[in-house]
Amino acid sequence: MTNLVYLVPLFPLIGFLINGIGWRKLPKSVGGIVGSAAVLASFAVSLGIFFEVRSAGTATTVQLFDFIQSGNLNIPFAFQVDALSSLFLLIITGVGFLIHVYSTSYMHDDEGMVKYFAFLNLFVFSMLLLVLGSNYLIMFIGWEGVGLCSYLLIGFWYKRKDFTDAAKKAFVMNRIGDLGFLVGMLLVLLNFGTLTYQDFFGQINEGAAVSSSTYNWIAICFFIGAMGKSAQIPLYTWLPDAMAGPTPVSALIHAATMVTAGIYMIARSSVLYNLAENAQHLVAWIGLATAIVAASIAIKQYDIKKVLAYSTVSQLGFMFIALGVGAYTTAVFHVMTHAFFKALLFLGSGSVIHAMHGEQDIRQMGGLSRKMKITSTTFLIGCLAIAGIPGFAGFFSKDEILASVYGHSPLMYYLTLGAALMTAFYMFRLYFLTFLGKFRGTEEQEKHVHESPAAITIPLAILAILSIIGGYVGLPPVMSEHHILNAYLAPVVSNHGVHHLEHATEWMLMGLSTVLVIVMIVFAYVRTKNPNFKPNTGIAKALENKWYVDELYDAVIVKPLGALSKVLNNIIEKLGIDGIVNGIGKTVNWGSGKIRLMQSGQVGLYIFAMVLGMTILFVISYFWIQ
Amino acid sequence: MVLILLILVPLLAGIFSMALKGAAKGLALLSSVTTVGVSALISMTAYEGGFIEWGMPWIPQLGASVSLLADGMASMLCLLTGIVMSVIVITNWNKEVENDNRYYGLMLLSQAGITGVFLASDALLFYFFWELALIPVYFLCSRWGGERRIAVTFKFFIYTFVGSLMLLAGLIYLSLQNQGADAFAMDNIIRAGKSLPASEQQWMFWLIFIAFAIKMPIFPFHTWQPDAYEQSPTPVTIILSALMVKMGLFAVLRWLLPVLPEGVAYWSDFVIWLSVIGIVYASLVAIVQVDIKRLIAYSSIAHMGLMSAAAFAGTNIGTHGLAVQMFNHGINIAGMWVIVSMVEQRWGTRNMRELGGMASTAPKMAIALVIISLANIALPLTNGFIGEFMLFNGLFSSASAYSTTFMVIAGLGIILGAVYTLNMIQRTAYGEAVAMKKEGDLTANEYLGLAIIIALIIILGVYPKPLLDLTSGFAMMP
Repeated sequence: MTNLVYLVPLFPLIGFLINGIGWRKLPKSVGGIVGSAAVLASFAVSLGIFFEVRSAGTATTVQLFDFIQSGNLNIPFAFQVDALSSLFLLIITGVGFLIHVYSTSYMHDDEGMVKYFAFLNLFVFSMLLLVLGSNYLIMFIGWEGVGLCSYLLIGFWYKRKDFTDAAKKAFVMNRIGDLGFLVGMLLVLLNFGTLTYQDFFGQINEGAAVSSSTYNWIAICFFIGAMGKSAQIPLYTWLPDAMAGPTPVSALIHAATMVTAGIYMIARSSVLYNLAENAQHLVAWIGLATAIVAASIAIKQYDIKKVLAYSTVSQLGFMFIALGVGAYTTAVFHVMTHAFFKALLFLGSGSVIHAMHGEQDIRQMGGLSRKMKITSTTFLIGCLAIAGIPGFAGFFSKDEILASVYGHSPLMYYLTLGAALMTAFYMFRLYFLTFLGKFRGTEEQEKHVHESPAAITIPLAILAILSIIGGYVGLPPVMSEHHILNAYLAPVVSNHGVHHLEHATEWMLMGLSTVLVIVMIVFAYVRTKNPNFKPNTGIAKALENKWYVDELYDAVIVKPLGALSKVLNNIIEKLGIDGIVNGIGKTVNWGSGKIRLMQSGQVGLYIFAMVLGMTILFVISYFWIQ
Repeated sequence: MVLILLILVPLLAGIFSMALKGAAKGLALLSSVTTVGVSALISMTAYEGGFIEWGMPWIPQLGASVSLLADGMASMLCLLTGIVMSVIVITNWNKEVENDNRYYGLMLLSQAGITGVFLASDALLFYFFWELALIPVYFLCSRWGGERRIAVTFKFFIYTFVGSLMLLAGLIYLSLQNQGADAFAMDNIIRAGKSLPASEQQWMFWLIFIAFAIKMPIFPFHTWQPDAYEQSPTPVTIILSALMVKMGLFAVLRWLLPVLPEGVAYWSDFVIWLSVIGIVYASLVAIVQVDIKRLIAYSSIAHMGLMSAAAFAGTNIGTHGLAVQMFNHGINIAGMWVIVSMVEQRWGTRNMRELGGMASTAPKMAIALVIISLANIALPLTNGFIGEFMLFNGLFSSASAYSTTFMVIAGLGIILGAVYTLNMIQRTAYGEAVAMKKEGDLTANEYLGLAIIIALIIILGVYPKPLLDLTSGFAMMP
């Protein structure tokens, strides 16, 4: 099975080609079936690979062909199948398939549906390359490929300028990160002469003669790449804007898979990060800051998708905190559970938006649970999971993050806990405002509210089940000695410097966070029972306006850069031209003077005459033409 | 013998085309396709470090001969020349041009000159072809160009003429160092240059380099270029940007780096500074352009900046990347111009403020635009990426004390490149549809021309091995 790993990305590639070439001729239903079937086929192969890796436990490299070969440098196009990549394969193709099925219904009225599926398949293909590559360059190919698909899908409704602006912003911000990734790769090449993981990590493990500052620089450069792709401070502002794309895209790309690429990258490079202490601190603190800032913004958003978007940014921050304290497998665990419940929440919001005929403002909603039983129930499960109520998937992974952070630094623990509590608050604020209370929209809207069809509710139900049971692969030490996920990942990634807590401490932390989360949910209920949407003032207003970060970037970077470009274009370019034209007479004199001095025989004169002849020809024709 | 064919075919086709009315397009197509075939044959021989030589006496009194050399890089560039010329003829097949026999005739003459530059292994012959390539372009530009064509051609002429004159002086000076026969032969020129004392090489460097710097062009010798690109008829713009700028780079690799090593060592940091500043400068200027042609012109200057920086970085991987990128850049920029010319025909303007909605009115064209633009910003799995990655690698691993700084400044081009390229896509392809003056998506011939370009973009992006092997001589330089 492992040798057939190339089939995993091949199926979506074929799906992309069929839908991409036939995007105007194929019927919509065919486009949907082709797109979904391609991902299902990949899922089936991935499943086979997963079990094989589980029993074999070793990494296999599958070489396809030579990609870049120059002198000693040889970068093959090769895949690496191991525990980490096979786990990501399952998440990508599994959640991806559900979202494809969901899309067949959600996008059915859109004239560009076949094109949509082509892009979605291309995305899955790129994402699979990203996690399958056996070296950083193949990862980079997938890395930029998913960025491209994200760009194409955010701007899917290309007639709207604000949508294409959002698409452009996403691409450019990602490119800033990509530059970091590129420099990181070049540093690795310069110091180790390879980009292949096994060679690179092998050299590190053998104690390569490389200074610790070099390790830190490489790690920081890679992390800059991760900041862009995984929306961390300061490169996070594209993700909320990315909600301009169709909702299933937000679920798949901007929540479940693509944005976790940064986590994958650092988990993959754990051997490097173990030796890069300063970079680790940076990762942890940036993650923490992002978790808090994004959670605070989510508290005051009114757009259902914006709340979820900031929630994603914040949850990604949690994952980086875990990475930063060396709990790599914990971060991967949270990637998995987050993929379940965040995809569920986004798809649920899509179901709501569908029922509300495109309305996204939660101030216009309320009481939807009466008419949308499945959507509201599954959405509630998603909220319980993300808030971290015991028994649900998010509880286990979040608890593991909190526990590993506590062992690292109690201060960091309390700050992380604060972000987690904000999460519980804004998620239940969202749930209560949307599904409970009185309906606040127009009568027209109220009449239309209906439960979505099976193609939408079945994926919701499956994801809801996963959001409940998904956490049991990582039971905390107090409950079970055997951590299934850690055992699975152990050959590839293992945690570094994570202190094990006393069982008593662990029970106490768990109890503390659970009690506080419940308090926050009750608080959210009280606050939203009789909602009044007065204009916000003070801090609330700053939160509603996302701490004015977009405005800040505009004033500090975008505007000055535009002004500089104008100055260069209008002044330097034009002055330069005049200056040079004026200088030409002198230059010609000087040049011919040099030639005369240098020539000793007739040779030069002849050739000079030849050029002169050509010139005269030109001048004659020049007047002749006029 | 087969080498001289590459020059003779376009030369004769050009002359016949001028003489015979009505056969111009057919002759041009025949000649271009033949050159593709012949170059492909030569490339097979030159694969993995082989080469072909051919020679005959020319002006023995001067020590000059007609000697040609096709190594991997030269045959690759001849192949590029053939492909680009074919694409020009194919995509313009339906377009009516006044005096088309002279129009195509001059283009073919220019092609003969360009091919000669790539093949010449005699300095005087090289110079002869250098001028032969340029002169038809002056005529083309001044006769078939835009409104400001005369002033612009004059500027273009002055710039390149100054450069050429200095180049000629430099080459003659070098040849005079040689006693005996074949004073202009490449090997002798290289030996003469190398034996010059360092101080002399340092000033000689500029005598030779100015012409190449103008041709590429590198900042601040670039100001002729946006005007010339904008005012020339699009096929000529393609020749200028896809092929003639490669003459500059090629000449640096063949006639400067090996000839004046001490001079190069002395000035390389300076030239790289100019190049990387040029990347950022041209990218910033590109952002505020509203005319697509000018935008692409500045984007090309930015790309050239990276290539010239890598040329002077003195690393094998950078030089190997440069060789590959010369081909890829030629393909991509030709594709960009083909699209621009279609836009101009359909909407009657190149002003991006007056364009929009191509994705709904001409979706095939829009898809081609997006793919070529992505290659232009070096997205992985397009041909642009391979070269760019190697160029950055070369620049970063150079021995210069500033290599990291160079890399970071040049890297800003990646970000700014995305800004102006996506702006262009947004303003032309997206948004509400703007009515076309002349309706219609791609015609069959345009489709074919773009299909060739896009196929090359993707094939060489996924599997660059053929190009890398063809130019692998650079990867093994001492």
